[in-house]
Amino acid sequence: MGESLLPAPPASPETAKFVAAAREGRFLIRRCTVCAKPHWYPRAICPFCGGETQWEEATGRGELYAFSTLMRADPPYTLAYVTLAEGPTMMTNIVDADPAALAIGQPVRIVWRAAEDGTPVPCFTPADQPT
Amino acid sequence: MADAYIVGAYELPYRKAPDKSVAQMHGEAALGALADAGLTLADVDGYFCAGDATGLGPVSMADYLNLRLRHLDSTEIGGSSYVAHVAHAAEAIRAGKCDVALITLAGRPRQGQKGGLPFPGPEGAWEIPFRPVTANVYAMAAQRHMHEFGTTSEQLAWIKVAASEHAQHNPHAMLPRPVTVEEVLASPIIASPLHMLDCCVVSDGGGALVVARPEIAHGLSRPRVAVKGAGESYKGQNGGAIDITWSAGRMSGATAFAEAGITPADIKYASIYDSFTITVLITLEDLGFCARGRGGAFVADGNLISGVGALPFNTDGGGLCNNHPANRGGMTKVIEAVRQLRSEAHPAVQVPSCDLALVHGTGGFLASRHGSATLILERE
Ligand SMILES: [Zn+2]
Repeated sequence: MGESLLPAPPASPETAKFVAAAREGRFLIRRCTVCAKPHWYPRAICPFCGGETQWEEATGRGELYAFSTLMRADPPYTLAYVTLAEGPTMMTNIVDADPAALAIGQPVRIVWRAAEDGTPVPCFTPADQPT
Repeated sequence: MADAYIVGAYELPYRKAPDKSVAQMHGEAALGALADAGLTLADVDGYFCAGDATGLGPVSMADYLNLRLRHLDSTEIGGSSYVAHVAHAAEAIRAGKCDVALITLAGRPRQGQKGGLPFPGPEGAWEIPFRPVTANVYAMAAQRHMHEFGTTSEQLAWIKVAASEHAQHNPHAMLPRPVTVEEVLASPIIASPLHMLDCCVVSDGGGALVVARPEIAHGLSRPRVAVKGAGESYKGQNGGAIDITWSAGRMSGATAFAEAGITPADIKYASIYDSFTITVLITLEDLGFCARGRGGAFVADGNLISGVGALPFNTDGGGLCNNHPANRGGMTKVIEAVRQLRSEAHPAVQVPSCDLALVHGTGGFLASRHGSATLILERE
């Protein structure tokens, strides 16, 4: 099953460092310097306490929280929420997987995909999938 | 006596508008609702539309209709906007800011008119690449609800069945044929686990409402529908600490019921935004019509069918079978509740002694971020 290129993410000052790290294959999340909680999607202001936040490298491991395969798309693709090992749940796509074999709770790991403009985008694949 | 009354309501009868402009359709809806009330454009001094109205917020449409206004508002919370507009109109009237408020909606998605937001929000960079359309975001809420509570596709299908039983009596309905649970389950999967028949229709069209202060409402000949309670809220991703099995209806419903001083058991008829079957099921739990996680059992076996079940819903056929103008279902939800409270619904679906009705809108995306608005309306 072929994949189509992903729409490019709009660039902003709040995404620049993430994209730069992604180009080196590093996956960053943001954590609050005041309450110490990590969050998603990354932002300069902590959504839990309003504190200042900073980037940190994350493991890129997590588990499937929910997913849906859009069958009317050509080719179909799988939208998902993945709960990261660090705690927050993020929207993503599951790639290189048979949608019928996916299950909530299944371990997944990050795999980068290029958007239309070449920007690396964090997708996930089953953790037992060979690299 | 209430502070404000819905005195006019009108739904454009057509579902396809190749030869009309969006502004013209707003205007036709406005004239229809004002005629229903027994008022004219010259009586209007408050105007409400949502962010999708053509042009600059409420200004371009007000100018098109050449309104003379003391109050204007373009609160944009997706398809739930129009439910909130009724509440905001009542508040403005109560505060003395206007006497006669006009609320309009129109759109032509079947003619290629683009929906969605004009600019990406702050979440855009983190979501646009993953292609959340609409169906797949709602579908994730359905999947997670099934996972946590054992909700089934059969139970969701009952919501479509109930809507279709009602739609057969609506000559304007896009899908007027009653369907069975088996037919819903046999329809193709659009976004797993949702089937084609779990989804609402796409239609051109629109509608309008008129809200007036009591002194004016009492001088009109139409039955008066009082705004008795209202609430609104939103729900997002909570910084990534998400739970997609419930909606902002939990907050907006609690506010509305508290203001009205009644409970879900008092409601005779409910208009529940039905973009998808799962939207209805989760909303009913959040509004307190059943316990959390029990929505599947509540909607099964015809419990939402007028004359059959305990809670008649969407007796015009709803967005699932009748009409979803501009991809925004809040307006038609209010209109059918007004018909029920005036005893002007189709006789086959009219709820006997319908004195208290609830309207609920969900705008945006159930499993990511959405606005919600709840209204409790009473026949005087
Ligand atoms: Zn913090």
